[in-house]
Amino acid sequence: MIPMDLNHIFTQFYAVYGSLINFIGINSLLAISLYVTLSAGQLSLGNAAFAGIGGYTAGILTMYLNVPYIVALFAAALMSGAIAMILGFPVLRLRGVFLAIATLAFGEVVRILAINLQITGGAEGLTPIPDKTQAWMIFTALALTGYFMAVLRRSRIGWSFASIREDETAAKAMGINTTWYKTLAFTIGAMIAGLAGAMSAHLNYIITPGEFGFSAAVQLLIFNIVGGTRVWYGPILGAALLTALPEILRGFGVTAGPVRMGVNGFILLMVILFLPNGLVSLFSHNKD
Amino acid sequence: MNLFAQQLINGIFIGSVYGLFAIGYTLVFGVLDILNLAHAAVFTLGGLVALWLVQSAEMSIWVAFPLATLFSGILGLIINAVAFVPLRHRPDTYFSGLISSIALAIVFESAAIGIFGARTVRFPISTIAVHIWQIAGVTITSLQIEIVMIAACLMAGLTRFLRRSRSGKAIRAVAENERAARLLGVHVDGIIAFTFFISSALGGAAGILFGLYFGALSPDMGRSIELKGLAVIVLGGMGSIPGAIIGGIAFGLSEVLTVAISGTSNLRDAVAFTVLFAILLLRPSGLFGRRQIRET
Repeated sequence: MIPMDLNHIFTQFYAVYGSLINFIGINSLLAISLYVTLSAGQLSLGNAAFAGIGGYTAGILTMYLNVPYIVALFAAALMSGAIAMILGFPVLRLRGVFLAIATLAFGEVVRILAINLQITGGAEGLTPIPDKTQAWMIFTALALTGYFMAVLRRSRIGWSFASIREDETAAKAMGINTTWYKTLAFTIGAMIAGLAGAMSAHLNYIITPGEFGFSAAVQLLIFNIVGGTRVWYGPILGAALLTALPEILRGFGVTAGPVRMGVNGFILLMVILFLPNGLVSLFSHNKD
Repeated sequence: MNLFAQQLINGIFIGSVYGLFAIGYTLVFGVLDILNLAHAAVFTLGGLVALWLVQSAEMSIWVAFPLATLFSGILGLIINAVAFVPLRHRPDTYFSGLISSIALAIVFESAAIGIFGARTVRFPISTIAVHIWQIAGVTITSLQIEIVMIAACLMAGLTRFLRRSRSGKAIRAVAENERAARLLGVHVDGIIAFTFFISSALGGAAGILFGLYFGALSPDMGRSIELKGLAVIVLGGMGSIPGAIIGGIAFGLSEVLTVAISGTSNLRDAVAFTVLFAILLLRPSGLFGRRQIRET
C-alpha cells in the first residue's frame, strides 16, 4: 500500500501548496525574462509591463474572441516581443540607470493605459478570464525556457550578450552589432515575460493594472540578484526562495507582514553585500 | 479662469514639495553618479517621525520639523555607510548601489509599517493654524504659503551653501572629479557622507511638508513620489539643482493641469511619464543637464 500512501501524500501536499508551486513557476519564468536582458548587460524595469501586455492580450483573446488557449499564449508572447522591438531600438541607446528609468516610465504609461482603456476593464481589471493554465503547463514552459537559456548561452548569440555585458565598447570594436543584440535580448526577455503574464492571467481568472507596476518590476530584479545572474538557474532559485519565503517564515511562526517584508529586504542586502554573484555562487565553484 | 489660476497655484505648491524631494535625489546623483532609491523611504520616515513627535511627544510642529529633518539626515548617513560605502570599490558599483539602496528602502519601509502601523495617519488639526484667504477669487491658505516659504528657504540655503561655503565647494569638487579632489586634499569620504546627510534631510523635510499639505501620511506614500522624483530629475537634468527645482514645479503644474483639462484624475501621471519618456529619447541630458549619458 506504500505507493497509495505516497500518492496520497502528494495529493495532500499539492492541495495545500499547489497555488504556491504555481506561483513559483510563474515567478521563475518572469525572473528568467529579466535574466535574458541582464545577461546582455541591460537593466530593464519594463519586464513587469511586458507581462501585463501579455496577460491582457491573451485574456482579451480568450474572453472576447474565444481563441484557443495555446494560440492566445503565442499571441501574447508575440505581442510583447513586437512592442519590445519597437521600443528597444530608441530606448536601448540609453545606458545604465537611464535605461532603467526609461523602461520604468514605459511601464507606468502601460499601467495608466490599462487603467483608462475600456477593453482592459479599467482599474478593476480584466475578469473573468477562463482558468486554462495548469501546473504541468507552467513547468513545461519553464523547462523549455531553461533549456533554451542553456542552449542560448553556448551559442553565438549568448557569447555576444556576454561580451556586451562585460564591455560594450570593446564588443562593438570586435564587430559585434551591439544595437541588434541588445534589442534581441530585450525582445526575447519581453516574449518570455508576455508568456508568463498570459499564463498567470489564465491561472488567476483576473489581471489588474496594479499587478505589474514599479514594485513588481523591482521584485523581478530582486529574484535575479538574490539567485544570481551568472547562470540561468540563478533567477529560478531566487524566485523559488523568495516566493516561498512567507510559507517558510510561517513555519518559524512569523506571520507579521512587516517582518516578512523586512526579511525580504534583509536577504537582498546581505546577498548584494556579501554574495555579489547571488546564492548560486554558494553551490558552484564555477567562477565564470 | 479663476479655476485655472487656482490650479496653477496649487500646482506650484505641490511642485515645490516635489522639487525639494528631487533636490536630494539629484544631489547624490551629481556627486556619486548613483541613484539612491532609499530616498523615498527617508521621505516617508521623515514625515512619520514628525507626526510621532507632534502627536505622542506633544511637540510644536516648529520643534518637530527640525528634529525630524535631523533624524532624516542621520538616516542618510546610515544609507551611505550600509548601502554605498562597502560597494564603492566594486567594478559594478552603480548597479550594486542601486540594488543595495532598494534593499535598504524595503527594510526602512517595513520598519515604518512595524512601528507606525500600515494605516493612513493624519496630523492633528491643531498642528498648525490655517488661515484661508480669498484673493481675486483664488483661495490660498497660510499653510500653502508656509510650505512654499520653507521649501524656497531650504532650496536657496542649499544653493548658497554649495556656491559659497568651503564644504559646499568641496561637494562640487568631488562631483566634478573625485580623484582630483582627493589629490587636492579634500576629505572625499567625509564629503560624500555629508552629501548623503543633506540629501536625506531635504528628503525628510519634503515628507513632512507633503504630510502637512495633504494631511495624510502612510508607509507606502514614498512609492509614488519615488517615480515622480525620478521624472523630475530627468526633466531637469541629472545632477542639476536648479533643474530639479524647475522640474519639480513643472511636474506639479502638469499634474494639476492634466486633471483640470481632462476632468479626471486617472490621466494625472500619464502626461508626466510620457514627457519623461520623450525627454529621455530626445534630449536625455534634460533641460539643464550637462552630462553625456548616451553611448558615445
